[in-house]
Amino acid sequence: MAAFTINGSPHTFDGDPDMVLLWYLRDIAGMTGTKFGCGLALCGACTVHVDGQAVRACQTYVEDLEGTEVTTIEGLSEDGSHPVQEAWRTLNVAQCGYCQPGQIMQAAALLSDTPNPTDADIDAAMAGNICRCGTYPRIRAAIKLAAGGSN
Amino acid sequence: MAKDEFKEYRLVGTRPDRPDGLDKVTGRARYGADMSAPGMLWAAVVRSPHAHAKILKIDASKAEALDGVKAVVTRADFPTGLTGEEWNLQENTMAGEKALYDGHAVAAVAATSKLLAEEAARLIEVEYEVLPHVIDVDDAIKPDAPVIREGAANASVPEGMPPNVVQYLDFGRGDIEAGFAEADLVSEKTYKTEATHQGYIEPHACLGQLGEDGKGEMWVCTQGQWFIRKMCSDVLGLDTAQLRVTPSEIGGGFGGKTTIFMEPLSLALSRKAGGKPVKLVMSRSEVLRATGPTASASMDVKIGMKKDGTITAARAEFRMQGGAFPGSPVDMALYCCFAPYKLENVQHIGYDVLANRPKCAAYRAPGSPMGAFAVESLLDEMCRELGVDPMEMRLKNAVVEGDTASYGPKYGSIGLVETLEATKAHPNLKAELGPNQGRGMASGYWFNHNGETSVSLAISEDGTAQVSIGTPDIGGSRASIALMTAETLGIPYEDVRVNVVETGALGVNEPTHGSRATFASGKAAVIAAGQAIKEMCKRAANEWGIDPEAVEWADGAAQPAGPNAGKFPPMTIAEIAGKMGSTGGPISGHHESVPEGVGASFGCHVVDVEVDPETGHVKILRYLVVQDAGRAIHPSYVEGQYQGGAAQGIGWALNEAYIYDENGKLQNSVFLDYRVPVASDLPMIDTVIVEVPNPGHPYGVRGVGETGITPPLPAIANAIQAATGARLHDLPMSPPKVLAAIKAMG
Repeated sequence: MAAFTINGSPHTFDGDPDMVLLWYLRDIAGMTGTKFGCGLALCGACTVHVDGQAVRACQTYVEDLEGTEVTTIEGLSEDGSHPVQEAWRTLNVAQCGYCQPGQIMQAAALLSDTPNPTDADIDAAMAGNICRCGTYPRIRAAIKLAAGGSN
Repeated sequence: MAKDEFKEYRLVGTRPDRPDGLDKVTGRARYGADMSAPGMLWAAVVRSPHAHAKILKIDASKAEALDGVKAVVTRADFPTGLTGEEWNLQENTMAGEKALYDGHAVAAVAATSKLLAEEAARLIEVEYEVLPHVIDVDDAIKPDAPVIREGAANASVPEGMPPNVVQYLDFGRGDIEAGFAEADLVSEKTYKTEATHQGYIEPHACLGQLGEDGKGEMWVCTQGQWFIRKMCSDVLGLDTAQLRVTPSEIGGGFGGKTTIFMEPLSLALSRKAGGKPVKLVMSRSEVLRATGPTASASMDVKIGMKKDGTITAARAEFRMQGGAFPGSPVDMALYCCFAPYKLENVQHIGYDVLANRPKCAAYRAPGSPMGAFAVESLLDEMCRELGVDPMEMRLKNAVVEGDTASYGPKYGSIGLVETLEATKAHPNLKAELGPNQGRGMASGYWFNHNGETSVSLAISEDGTAQVSIGTPDIGGSRASIALMTAETLGIPYEDVRVNVVETGALGVNEPTHGSRATFASGKAAVIAAGQAIKEMCKRAANEWGIDPEAVEWADGAAQPAGPNAGKFPPMTIAEIAGKMGSTGGPISGHHESVPEGVGASFGCHVVDVEVDPETGHVKILRYLVVQDAGRAIHPSYVEGQYQGGAAQGIGWALNEAYIYDENGKLQNSVFLDYRVPVASDLPMIDTVIVEVPNPGHPYGVRGVGETGITPPLPAIANAIQAATGARLHDLPMSPPKVLAAIKAMG
């Protein structure tokens, strides 16, 4: 049994102990913004925040979420106005867009810990988020833009 | 660059947010697995653990006994009597007498939950008789190789060839031996590339429904909804018009989502489960084992060159396996490999070979990267030996408009020389190199494609416009098409909504493949907009009581064409649209064709690497992509294609490869050991958009999506030799191989 919040709304779970957050979000809570890419925490597509930290929802057991606050891409801002989301749009970051919810959540967590990241900080924080379209140069620029710098 | 010659446009060439910009940053965009339906079942697939095996018996009784299991299908549930590619697709969807590769589907099950379906799949017992298998393309043409399928060869294959050769090509021109005799240096070498995967982050997913009446619907992530409709219908024996296919947003395709893999299974299961919708989502391992990776290749290239760098003759002999079915892109590899060079004497030989691997699919410029790896590597080795500058060699032999391409056709407007000159002028070529660092360059080519295209445009009551297109938007093409439509109509970009529509809404469209979407759907949208403009001019003329010929369209309004037409204030699109109900009804435009005027795209890449002499690790220091876009409608998405192609090519060059064990089982079917480039592997990828407009498109567009994956393979090999002196002839150039090559030099 675990009681936690998702984007501020209370949830309780008392089901299969193998249930991971990714499938809980997508198949039970009906929130499909968080994406499945590999199921083994190797691609970052399912990145969400648990108590502000970026985690992979595919390897996070719902049972372990007792007392935590989960934030997903749907809850990062009310209206897409988080600085990372705005920077993503300004710089046309997305190509296919599938990995971008995970990239955005990872970037938002980075900026909350490190408001002015260097290239090395960005590479270290983002190295677990694959973008097969190769939007990495624009992701780097957008993180800097969101941090308040120029692109 | 010819940019200054352009007419200045109001919108074309700007970089607005894409129409789906907000959806793409909020998680609202709906991809393949994001759709559900009431009463939906989940499916799971039973796959062969063997590379090659006779299927003796399938026993699903234990699975069927589980409460909540609603249907099991095997090949027995599919129609018989198919031939040719239709049979190939059916056989690849579900194995018949034999499993032909590790991961080949042999049965599928639908149940009330995902976990239950997976449990039921584990309970389906399949009895196999394991057969000898073959994985490597050169092994597959040895005399004692296991035969994948008797009688699979087409008429092109001469008598006496090994049975796994299913297509043979031999074409060229001139006198190849005379050409070699003119050369100061003749070199011949063999190169090999391994299979790689498109690696889209979105696994294949669909939600299919099919009734006993043969009417069905499908929601699916695909590059081409009409292809899915036709292929599913062929495999299942349905009438195509009875199946309605809606494309989801697509999480990457790169060619790999232009065909079917498991989609017919969801329909077959649905029909057997009384028409309940069935959702099927692949795991990552299924994607790597059982979708459509690239071919692997073994290639002999022989080139003759004069001391001044002139190429006198060239010969390519390529062997490619594209899995257990015909269809490796050996033909396209041959067409592209010498395309940047003027050649009087050229010969191409190709073998399409069967092996116990998954049926290959397209991957970004299919075939071109392999051929370029062989040819551009050998040219670099020869330049080195003769002391010729590789850029000057490329300029000296560069094809121009009017030249006959190595593979036959005459080139129309092309921008290879402009691309090479822009490369030559880039500051990256003057950057200083330190110890263990080296620079390499290579060219690349892709034809680009037109394809069946159907587009409809309608003016709304308030003067905004909707465009219905049939090419799924993988990388921002809706933005480009909206820009071109708005430019043509003279209205704001935001006033155009471009919708990717389902199969019931338009005539047949080929997929978003061949770098065609912005060219073909864009051209059709501009023509359709022109029809709507003509109609709106007519409506204005009627109201003014003048001849429609005396009305012209400018700034989003009908205007009298000069003083003789009479004096009337401009009638805006909103005014005309607002009263269309009483002036003749809906105002729309429609265009369908296989649009003529495709423009080919050449590229040139330059890479600086640093090789760690202790480990053989190759670090990319700088990377430059220069490519002809014709005209960049939305430059951000053009740059994105350049960078994305380069990133994938870098992965292919350095890390990515299918690795099989001695039993023919894929060893690296997850992202841990099938390692694709991540942010920290890549530097900034610099881009230069060369613009030599394509006269075949109203705004000058050439396709840009594919050429960029081609040059990285040889460019990096060339840079590694520049850095270390060691030359690698097979991919990937992983640290152990680079280290061994360095050590082999002594």
